[in-house]
This record gives sequence, structure tokens and C-alpha cells, in this order.
Amino acid sequence: MPAVQETVERVRRIDVDQYRYGFETEIESEKAPKGLSEDTVRFISAKKDEPAWMLEWRLEAFRRWLTMTEPTWARVNYPKIDYQDIYYYAAPKPKKALTSIDEIDPEILKTYEKLGIPLREVAILEGVEPAPGGEQTPSRKIAVDAVFDSVSVATTFKAELKKAGVIFMPISEAIREHPELVQKYLGSVVPTSDNYFATLNSAVFSDGSFVYVPPGVRCPMELSTYFRINERNTGQFERTLIIADKGSYVSYLEGCTAPQRDENQLHAAVVELVALDDAEIKYSTVQNWYPGNSEGKGGIYNFVTKRGDCRGKNSKISWTQVETGSAITWKYPSCILRGDNSSGEFYSIAISNGFQQVDSGTKMIHLGKNTSSRIISKGIAAGKSQNTYRGLVSAHRKATGARNYTACDSLLIGDKCGAHTVPYVEAKNSSATFEHEATTSKISEDVLFYCVQRGLSQEEAVGLVVNGFVKDVLQQLPMEFAVEAQKLISISLEGSVG
Amino acid sequence: MSLLEVKDLKVRVEDREILHGLSLTVNPGQVHAIMGPNGSGKSTLSHVIAGKPGYEVTGGQILFRGEDVLEMEPNERAAKGLFLAFQYPVEIPGVTTWNFLHAALNAQRKARGEEEISSPAFLKKVREVAKSLNIPQDMLKRGVNVGFSGGEKKRNEILQMALFEPAVCILDEMDSGLDIDALRIAADGVNALRSPERAMVVITHYQRLLNYIVPDVVHVMSKGRVVKSGGKELALELEESGYAQFEDAA
Repeated sequence: MPAVQETVERVRRIDVDQYRYGFETEIESEKAPKGLSEDTVRFISAKKDEPAWMLEWRLEAFRRWLTMTEPTWARVNYPKIDYQDIYYYAAPKPKKALTSIDEIDPEILKTYEKLGIPLREVAILEGVEPAPGGEQTPSRKIAVDAVFDSVSVATTFKAELKKAGVIFMPISEAIREHPELVQKYLGSVVPTSDNYFATLNSAVFSDGSFVYVPPGVRCPMELSTYFRINERNTGQFERTLIIADKGSYVSYLEGCTAPQRDENQLHAAVVELVALDDAEIKYSTVQNWYPGNSEGKGGIYNFVTKRGDCRGKNSKISWTQVETGSAITWKYPSCILRGDNSSGEFYSIAISNGFQQVDSGTKMIHLGKNTSSRIISKGIAAGKSQNTYRGLVSAHRKATGARNYTACDSLLIGDKCGAHTVPYVEAKNSSATFEHEATTSKISEDVLFYCVQRGLSQEEAVGLVVNGFVKDVLQQLPMEFAVEAQKLISISLEGSVG
Repeated sequence: MSLLEVKDLKVRVEDREILHGLSLTVNPGQVHAIMGPNGSGKSTLSHVIAGKPGYEVTGGQILFRGEDVLEMEPNERAAKGLFLAFQYPVEIPGVTTWNFLHAALNAQRKARGEEEISSPAFLKKVREVAKSLNIPQDMLKRGVNVGFSGGEKKRNEILQMALFEPAVCILDEMDSGLDIDALRIAADGVNALRSPERAMVVITHYQRLLNYIVPDVVHVMSKGRVVKSGGKELALELEESGYAQFEDAA
């Protein structure tokens, strides 16, 4: 069955309620007192049993945060956030220290099952010895780290990864077990002073994933983290740090969901990637936070700082994102092309419907010689949403031979939405070659009529046209994610044609 | 029973009446040609039969095998066997032709309560159909009509016609934008699909096309009405004397 057909199938099965991840899980949880102060920071650090240097790092960030103001330059509107009205830490109450996946609260496991993440199956698989000469397909295996509100609840395939020398664990564990690596790299790409939301994250982050791939190792499977916000009035501040040492390769997937709530929930994550000489990191995201209801009530505020540092020569970092959720998205996964001959890529599909507001794009900072970057952005606006691409491509004075290709395409569905493109280009040396192409189009009545004359329904027709529009980017996603993303796209656009 | 029956059809676009009571009866196995000058309402007729939005039917009926077509969504009409070959087929970037055809065929089959056709079975079928029409396989892999020449676009329409096996095919200005060789190839394709069960309505303002697709009945349209009907010789007569003689009749 062609993927388009599958999409169409999926759309047909969707009920009136479009957001199928909008359920809540009944579990007992432990929270920090509401509001933000030095005490909150100390509370979180103590909960995590952190060393003194980590607490100091957090407190320094917190003190700096107090002196900063929230940025207002993005094309998004939202009521002022009361930072004292948020819980900064919520954890499912553990009955005892966990030693295996079987000890996780069954309610949490059920939640992940509902999300289609087979933690349990994975755990079972892990204990099974591969039959000699049997049909083992390692390429299909995915190691999962699941983050529930503020803590990581389960990481799978740990043993197998260890054999390859790959460290994949909750960052809270890494701080205790691999302090030398964390101290060396944490904040080295996104410094604590970077921006308002990143600084806030530095002070209060509670968990996230940590990955270290040693020199010359090709990570034997895809690594994946699923983030879930469950608790009411809780912010999620995860921190992800991925280091690909010389000549290594890793592909990392990230998925996000949240329950349906009337109030807005804050999500301010930081992701740092470091690629040393000849290393490659591929980072893919399917973001499906709750977008708010049809009147624009509720939904996640997604203020995220993601940055990759191509620190070594010939290194490569590739971002692929499918953004369909969140009431507000403020997100610019970027690459610092420091090493000579390094390259950065950004492939993005950003879909907005209802009252969603998206301000997203990338920054490609060319510092080394003969660096190259490629940006393919597909924005789709429907309903009453606003969708902005904001991007910066810059070449430093010494970045001779820098090359960039940018293509930004926007597709409008209906006449109450908006698409905007804000590209910034700065070339400080004459040998840089920057190309920029941008298009904006509408799904025309003629195209829709052509499709329905051939037997497709209006919705099937929109799904088909949109899937065609985003094809270049979908192809960048790992296979299983691509199928999921394609379904998600159709669901997100459900009801966008009248 | 006739396949398609248009009775006293009146159609408005915004404030202007385009069709002022048009009637037409098409029986199985017949090829009807509808000729007329630009602006006589030929394309409007084809669009309204297929259900294109933007037209208001203020009077009359369209019956397909006795069923009221105007009550049906355009995709229902397609599933029941109404096919419109477009004058200007649209381009759909990023969607391969064979994917598009598969999705459309399955949508039609599902609407008719038939089982969907699997990818391998479909691929086999579409390849056979393409081969029978001398359409290169390569076309199936390309985006729908993207970068196609005028002739290729029309052949893609005929390919779809052959694949969907509709009962009534309406060909809207199939000859526009085609050189004589492309026209002959397209017409051969159409002729191959003529059958005792199927009817075709060929809309054109040049007689030339009718040298290749020989009609059973020719209608002359002027100012939103059929002003004269006759055999295939009527088309030749028009070629000599032009449409002017009918302007007054309307």
C-alpha cells in the first residue's frame, strides 16, 4: 500500500477529536513547591543527588536569569507567563529504586503503550538471546529513553549499547557516573547565558538524555527519546547532550506528546550536539505537543534552544524536524560550522492549524574553511494559524569557500492563515556562495477539483498534495519515523478544508 | 435507458446565466461531439456535469443511469463512472503518477464497495494499460503532470480513462495545445476505449479532432443552448460555413 493511501486510511479513522494523545495518566507524583527561587533550584539538584559543581552551575544560571528579559522579537503573541505559577519539578513517585523496566509503575508503561512505544516489548526483546544465524535485523532496533514529566523512567537496550561502548542514559545519571564528560561538554554549545529560555533551562532542567559515542564507533542502533508532559501546571525542561567523538556516527530520534489541558504548559528544552573530527550526528524530531483546542485554548508553549557544534574537521550535523503540535513554537535548531570542511543540514516541516503560531527556522554559522550548509524548509499554514520561517546564514571573515543553499517553501490552505519568511544573510568574506529560494503557494481549487474528479475526497486530496509538498523532507527521516510523520501531517490538517 | 441525460439545464456563474436550458441525451456506445465558438458554454457544461464548485444550477436536471447527478459529490460521480478529461490537467509536485492513480482507483473501488487493489496487483495493471496505449513506463514514476509536455498531459488523461474504465467520458478540448502528431496519438488512445457499453462526449471547437475521433452525433452550441444536432456531416458543414450562421439562431 502506498504511503499516501495509508495516510488517507488514517485520516478516515480519526474521530472528531484530532489529538489522540490527549489522555492523562493517574499516577502519584512528587513535586517541588510551586514557583521559582534558589530553593527550587537546590531542591531539584538535591533530588537528583547532584555533585556540588552541578548545583553551582545551576545557581549561576538562575542568578543570571533573574537579570534577563523575555525575548519579544518572534512573530508570536501570548499572554505574559507567570513564572511563579509553574511547578518546576514533578516526578512519578517511586516505590523503590528501579533496577529493571518491570519495576516501573504499570500506569506509566500503559501510557507509553498508548503512545505506541513498546517499552515492554523492547525490554523482553533485550533479555532474549539472538538465535544463532537467526533473522536478527539490528537496523530496525531502536533504543528508547522515556522521559515522563521531569524524570527519565526507562532506558532500553542499555547492555547492548554498552558492548559497543556507547553511553546512552538519563543525563541525571550521567552527571553522577560520567562527570568528566558532562563537565567538559555541558553548556559548551549553548552557554548558560545564551538566551532567556536556555538560561531558565540551565537552572531548573531535571532530566533528559545523554549520549556519548566513542571514537570510530558507528552506533549500532537508532537512539530515541520520548518526552511526555503529564502533570498539570508543570513545565518540562529537559536537557539533551550528545557527543560524537572522532570518526563516530549516531542517529537520534525525539518524539513529544502531552495531555489535553485548558491551561498552557511551558516547555523549554535545550539540546546540545557536539561532533568532533569526521563525526556525524543525525537528529530527528517529531514534535506533537498538544496544540490547543479549536478556539485556541490551551496547548504547549514550546520555547526550545537546539544547537549543534561541528567542532572537528569534516564533521557533519543534520537536523530534521516535523513540527505539528504546540500552541506556540519558538525553535531554531542551528549549526556552528567551526571545523574546516564541516557541513550542516536543516530539513523542516512545520505545520500550523487552528490558532497555532509557529516561528521556527535555523541558523547556519560558517566559521571554518570550506564549510557547507543546506536548508530545506516546508511551512504549511491552515486554519487561522501563523507560520513564520526565520533563518540566519552567516559567513565569518575567515570562512573562505563557505557555501549555503536555502529553499523555503510555504503552502497555504484556506484564506485566514499566514505564512512569512524572514531570512537573514551575512557574508563577511567575498568567497562565500549563498543561494536562497523561496516560494509561497496555495492549494488551488483546480488541483482539488482534479483530485476529486478522480474519485478522491477533499480530505484525501489535501493529504495527497501536502504529502507531495513535504516529500523532500520526509525522505530525510528514518523509515519508521517517516511513516509516523506522514500520518501525523494528515491528522494535523484534519478539517482544514471546508 | 440512456447513460447520460441533461434536461433543460440552467446554470449561473455569479450574476450571469451561462446555460439557458440545455438538453442532451447520450446512449451507450455513442460518441457525441459538442462544437461551438468560445464562450458558448461548452466547458461550463462539462464542469457542471463533473461537479466543479463555483457554478449555480438554477434549473433542470442531470441524470446518470437515471440517478440525479446534482445530488452527488464530485468524487461519488467519479466512482459511479463519470470521467472528465481536463483541458488543462493540473500538476501535483512530489506525488508520483502511479501513487496518485493507485490512491484514486482505490478510492473509487471503495466507494463502490469493491475490494481495494494491492500495490503489486495495481502496478501490474497500470503497466499493462500504459503498454497498450504506448505510454512509456517512465511517465508513471514522475510527479503527476510535472514537467509533462502538452501531449504527455493529454496521454496521462487517457491513461486514467483506460484505468478507471468509466461509463461516460467527457473530453474537454482535448486538442488544445497539441500538434498534429500528438493529436493523432491521443485520438488513437480514445478510439481504443470506444466500446458498446461506453459513451463519450467530445468537446471541441475545431472539426480537425473529429477526423480522428469520428462522432455518431454532432451538436452545435451557441450562447448557452444546443442550436442544432445532426450526424457527423454537420461538423464538416461547420468547417466550411463557420459558427456565424448559428449566432442568430441562438
